[in-house]
Amino acid sequence: MSIRVGKTSAAADFPILAKTALGNDQLRRNVHHATDVIRNKRALRVDEMPDWQQLRDAASAIKAHTLRHLDHYLEEFERNCTGAGGMVHWARDADEANAIAISLVREYSGDEDHPEVIKVKTMTSDEIQLNPALEAAGITPIETDLADMIVQMGDDEPSHIVVPALHKNRFEVRDLFRKKMGLENLTEDPEALTAAARTYLRDRFLNVKIGLSGANFAVAESGAVCVVESEGNGRMCVTLPDVLITLIGIEKVIPRFADLEVFLQLLPRSATGERMNPYNSLWTGVAPGDGPRAFHVILIDNGRTKLLADEMERETLQCIRCGACLNACPVYRETGGHAYGSIYSGPIGAILSPQLQSLEHSRSLPYASSLCGACYEVCPVKINIPEILIHLRGRVVDEDQKTLGGRLSPESVAMYGAAAAFQSQTRYEAAQRLARTGQLLFKRGDELKHLPGMAGEWTRFRDLRAIPAKSFRDWWKARTKKEAAK
Amino acid sequence: MTTAREEILARIRAALPAQGTLAPLQEPAYQRKGNLDREARLELLRDRLLDYDADVVDIAAESELPSTIAAALSKAGEKDVVVAAEFPQQWLPEGFAITIDRDLSIERLDAMQVVITTCEAAIASTGTIILIHEGAQGRRAITLLPDHHICLVRRAQVFEVVPEAFEAISGKSTKPITTISGPSATSDIEMTRVRGVHGPRRLTVILY
Repeated sequence: MSIRVGKTSAAADFPILAKTALGNDQLRRNVHHATDVIRNKRALRVDEMPDWQQLRDAASAIKAHTLRHLDHYLEEFERNCTGAGGMVHWARDADEANAIAISLVREYSGDEDHPEVIKVKTMTSDEIQLNPALEAAGITPIETDLADMIVQMGDDEPSHIVVPALHKNRFEVRDLFRKKMGLENLTEDPEALTAAARTYLRDRFLNVKIGLSGANFAVAESGAVCVVESEGNGRMCVTLPDVLITLIGIEKVIPRFADLEVFLQLLPRSATGERMNPYNSLWTGVAPGDGPRAFHVILIDNGRTKLLADEMERETLQCIRCGACLNACPVYRETGGHAYGSIYSGPIGAILSPQLQSLEHSRSLPYASSLCGACYEVCPVKINIPEILIHLRGRVVDEDQKTLGGRLSPESVAMYGAAAAFQSQTRYEAAQRLARTGQLLFKRGDELKHLPGMAGEWTRFRDLRAIPAKSFRDWWKARTKKEAAK
Repeated sequence: MTTAREEILARIRAALPAQGTLAPLQEPAYQRKGNLDREARLELLRDRLLDYDADVVDIAAESELPSTIAAALSKAGEKDVVVAAEFPQQWLPEGFAITIDRDLSIERLDAMQVVITTCEAAIASTGTIILIHEGAQGRRAITLLPDHHICLVRRAQVFEVVPEAFEAISGKSTKPITTISGPSATSDIEMTRVRGVHGPRRLTVILY
C-alpha cells in the first residue's frame, strides 16, 4: 500500500521546517498579507449572513450523515454517474489512482509520443503526486490555475489549500514568468501577470484533448460532479477537451442536489470571502453535443477509510477544503504552509495528514497548534480541530508507549516521575524544592530560556516561567500563622 | 482477486456500524425563502452584480432588447457575435455579424468577441446567473470562449436566496449547469483581484 500525502513520506519535523520558515522575512510578510486580506473579506461576507450558524449546522449534519452511510452514497453515485454515460474507477491508494489515470491518458492519446493533459486545480492530484507519475510516463501535465501554474513553473510546493502560491509576491512571480515564458519586459502589475498567463494558456485550452480535474462535490442522487473556481480555467478544462478524467476523494460525495444550496453558500464566503465565486460547473456523465465525449471518474481512498471507525476522527473527512482554518491560525500565519511538510497545511493539515498516514510520519503535526480554537470557530462544517488534535497527541503518546524505547524515553520517564510526584503532597513539595534550587543556574529574570538535557526540548521553542520562590501553599501557611499571631 | 471497488466498500463497511435504514436528515433551519419584495430583490441583484464589476442594464419591455443589445455591442466596438440556434431572431439587432452556433469549431468560437444568451434563473443575494445550457442559453463552450458575455435575465427569473434558485432548477439537475457570478477573476497574486483571466472578461446583464 502506498498512502501518500504529497511528498511527505519522509517529511522533516514541523519544528525544524518551521524554524526555516520563521527565518524567511519575505515569506512571512507575504503570508501575513494574504491571510489578513482573506480573513477580513471572510468576516465581512459571513457577517452579512443572518443564517450562517444554521448553514454550518446543516452542512455538518449532511457530511456526518453521508460519512455514516458512505458505502450507500458511493454506490448510488456510481450507479447514477454510470447511467449518465460516465465511467467509474476505484483506487485503493495513490499508486493505483495514478496508474488508472496514466492508462486512461495512454488509451485516449493513441500513438501520440508526448501526450499533454490540461489540469484544473485539484488538491487530490497533489496528494497522490499525480504530476510526477504522469511525467515519468512521458505525459506532460499542464496546470492552468494561475497559482498552480506559478507553483509548477517554479518547481515549488503549494503552501495553501486555496491560494497555493500565496507565499510568492508579485516581484517573485514576475521574475518566474519572465524566465519561463520568455517575456523580458513583463512588469509586476498583477493585471499584466494575469494577462500573460491568459495568453500563455489559451492555445493549450483549445488544443489539448484530455482534461483532468478534481471535484468539490459529487452528488449521489444524480451522479453530478461540481467544480468550484474563479478564473474560468476550470470551465475550459471540463468543457473543451474530448476526454475528461476527474479525481474524487471518496469523502466528497453528498446525498442530494439540494445539498449544494448549503455548501455553495458556505464555501466561497469561507474560502475567498466572496458571496459567490465567479464560476461553478456541474455536469452529469456525458452530455450529447456539449463538452467531453468521454468522462471518467477515479474514486480514491488513499487512507480515508482508516478515519471512518472512530467518530471523532471521522469528522476530519467533513472538510470541504475552504482554507479558512489556515487563514485564522496563529501558527500557520507565522510559518506558512511549507512547514507542515504536506500539501495539506494549517490546522486541517495537522489533523488530516497524520491520520491518512497512520501517524507513521508527521508525528509532530498534532503538536503544531496552540489549541486556541480559532480554526473551529471559522470552520464551515464545524470540524472540532482542537479536540481532534488533542486526541491525536494522545495517540502519538500511546503508540510510543508500545515500544520499550518509547517507555524508556526521557519524556516518558519524566511523565512517570511527574505522575508519581503529583500523587502525593510530600513528594510534590519535595520535587518543588528540588526544582527551585535546580533552576537557579538557568534562571534569567522570571523565565527559563535554555534548560539542559531533555527539558531543553521544551525550552528550544518556548520560554518557561520560573518556579516562584514561594508556593501558594507555603504563602497560605505563613499567612495563616501571621493571622493567628495577631 | 478482490477488486479495488470491493475492497474499498469492504473497508467502509468494516469501519462503520451496521447500516440498517438510513437515518433521515433533519429539516433545515437555514433560510430557504426570501423576504424582499420584487423591487428590493431586483435592486439587490443590481447591487451585487455591480460589486462584481458586471454591467447592468434595465429595460422596460422585451421590445427594447434589440436596441439595448446594439448599444451594449457598440459601446465596446464589438462586431463578431455568436448566439445559440434557438436564440429568438427578433431580439437581434441589425448591422452586426451574428453567427448562429451550429456545432461551430472551438477555433471559430475563440474568434468570436461576444456571446448573447438567456439564462435559467438568477440569485439576487449572491449576484449569480444560472445557465443549464439548453435552448437560447447555448452549449457550454459558446458562453466561455468569447470575451464578452451578454446575458438576458427576465425579472421573473430572479430569486432572492440560493435555495430558492436551486429548488427552481432541481428538475433539470442532470443538465450541464454553470453558475456565473461576475466576470472571471483571480486573486492569486497578493490577493489583488484581477478581472478577466480565462473566462469572459466582461459580463453585461440585461434585465427585462
